[in-house]
Amino acid sequence: MSGFALPSATLLAQSILSGIFVGALYGLLGIGLSLSWGLLKQINLAHFAFAFLAAYLCYQLALLGVDPLLSLALIVPALFVLGAALHAAMARFSITPFNSLLLTFGLTGIVEAVIQSIWTADFRKLESAYGEQRFKIAGLFVPLPELITLLLAVGISLGVWAVLRYTDFGKALRASAEDAPIARAFGINQRRNALLLAGTCSALAAVAGVCLALSFTLAPSQIYAWIGVVFAAVMLGGLGRAMAPLIAGVVIGVSEAVTMAVTAPSWAPLVSFTLLIAILLLRPGRVA
Amino acid sequence: MDRYAMTRRRTVLGAGVAAMATASGLARGQAKPPIRIGSTLALTGPLSATAQIHKIVGEIYIEQTNKRGGWLGRPLEWVLKDDQSKPDLARTLYEQLVTADKVDLLIGPYATGAILSAMGVAQRYNKVLVHHTFGIPSLAKYEMAFPAWSTGSDPATTVPNKVFDALAKGPKPPKTVAVVTSKFPSIQFVSAGAREALKKRGLTEVLFLEWEFGNRDFGPIANRVKDANPDFVWVGAIGLDGNLLLDAMKKIDYVPPQHFYLYPAPGPLVSLPEARNALSVTIFEEQPPFINAPGAAEFINLYHERASAAKLADISVEVQAAASYTAWQILDAGVQAAKSLDDKAIGTWLRANRVDTLQGKLRFDGTGNYGDDLMKIKQVQNGKWVVIWPKEFTHGGAALQAN
Repeated sequence: MSGFALPSATLLAQSILSGIFVGALYGLLGIGLSLSWGLLKQINLAHFAFAFLAAYLCYQLALLGVDPLLSLALIVPALFVLGAALHAAMARFSITPFNSLLLTFGLTGIVEAVIQSIWTADFRKLESAYGEQRFKIAGLFVPLPELITLLLAVGISLGVWAVLRYTDFGKALRASAEDAPIARAFGINQRRNALLLAGTCSALAAVAGVCLALSFTLAPSQIYAWIGVVFAAVMLGGLGRAMAPLIAGVVIGVSEAVTMAVTAPSWAPLVSFTLLIAILLLRPGRVA
Repeated sequence: MDRYAMTRRRTVLGAGVAAMATASGLARGQAKPPIRIGSTLALTGPLSATAQIHKIVGEIYIEQTNKRGGWLGRPLEWVLKDDQSKPDLARTLYEQLVTADKVDLLIGPYATGAILSAMGVAQRYNKVLVHHTFGIPSLAKYEMAFPAWSTGSDPATTVPNKVFDALAKGPKPPKTVAVVTSKFPSIQFVSAGAREALKKRGLTEVLFLEWEFGNRDFGPIANRVKDANPDFVWVGAIGLDGNLLLDAMKKIDYVPPQHFYLYPAPGPLVSLPEARNALSVTIFEEQPPFINAPGAAEFINLYHERASAAKLADISVEVQAAASYTAWQILDAGVQAAKSLDDKAIGTWLRANRVDTLQGKLRFDGTGNYGDDLMKIKQVQNGKWVVIWPKEFTHGGAALQAN
């Protein structure tokens, strides 16, 4: 029974749906990382740690009776400030993109230790009314937490895309990323914009963290489990693009899910990373 | 905290313990240096949730022993370092413990990979190594390594057969089986044994799937199990795999008729409503006859107290805590019987004798120093683990139930 097996139509459709849902989470985690990398030239590994910090804060607030979605009102501003502060510190010491990778990797370890000291290394599961709800549409099960994640991912990606494309702030960010000295000559306040963008990226990590808490069991060490595949989604989509992480995330999620449905689950990472390598080789211009 | 800081802290703590022991000894006019026992544990990293259990148990055992006057009239001092869940680091730290810290005795780390590393170091320096939960007995080649987890030397045969024996006597003996398993080394070979066992019994394998350790997305696996529609699902689960799979099954409205999880994180699984009637293996549960073992009641009380203080999600004594306590009991018995800290004398005695432990009487004269497979089958019933097989270890008429 191992190896290739022809799946039933229901199994295939349900698996594709699962792939879309998990891909939406990849995209939600990836959008802040992509913007930070593409527009600020900072490879912020701490993005994943911030997402998990947000997830744990959501868990804690839920224990106090706060609705997980309402907790966004507290967690998002807090993470915005944290992200902006981190960027300010990195700007103060003129951290290069490569060094930002090292620095934020270290910071990830610190955040993991803080999470572990507060919530212990044990697994934590957010129990909420959302987790109990699911719909059945055309024979397929649609769990509410995953649906919320998908809607947030699509909404946020479209919103970020619109801001980057149609607002002065977005145009200024893109101009700064394209040619910083010229942008400065045109009077763009790059320092302020960068702070706002860094804060926004961390705020997006906060949203992803709440979605993580809604759907997944939490453990501090799980921070690292997401890095590879989300990096793949970001690289696949191209840096600094609003919609790309979501689209690439869904492509990876669906390819993994279909692989798991048709062959062995242990092949899933192989397929997603092979896909990444193939696309990077065939379309090198997509890599910023 | 980095490992050097941890070492410094342990050294200071150790010095404090030694100073107190010396002070009390001086007061009695018989100052004796502590016996220093070295080990690592995965205090940080992915294995840290379970390693915290071993830390608490070790601290309890040291405290109890020192209250009783120590070993050979000397207090115990535990030199504990953080291997960060990395077997390669565990190897380096065990080298340090022997060569730089010059500990008198060693005790094992957690888990299989780190134990294997420690075993190599112990062999190089001819030290006894009692280890807690080593998952691949066939790799235990060192003659002075002693297992505290009574899996027997061939769990790939004995564990699946015990599970299928229990199912055969249950209300719905299965005819079709799905085997889904992690590729984690100490899991995969037992799941392979389950496939062999079910074939020998004439059962039909309707699905076999493997996933990499650390898999995040169990949705497609749940879909395939549902599609295969087995009477029984064998889940080669480690840690949180069982919870994640059951969460995914819940999302597609699927409840497995009968289901087994090999080495799950016990607390999270038992607290999950979807884990109703889930089966697993155990060596100790907080129920008769296990709690009648000498010292068990006191240990359970202390463990509850310390595990609560450490904010562990599950404060009950089961496999990990019992194996950990057993490891200290084995080393204790060896030292007391040999009346010395000589590793060879301790090892020789342990190989030739049986030791009374929380799990029962253990022997170390089989392959890899393993004795009998003393594992029992337990099931989640009314939100609690209860032993349901073999019958002589059940309590209050507990019996296998099916969904």
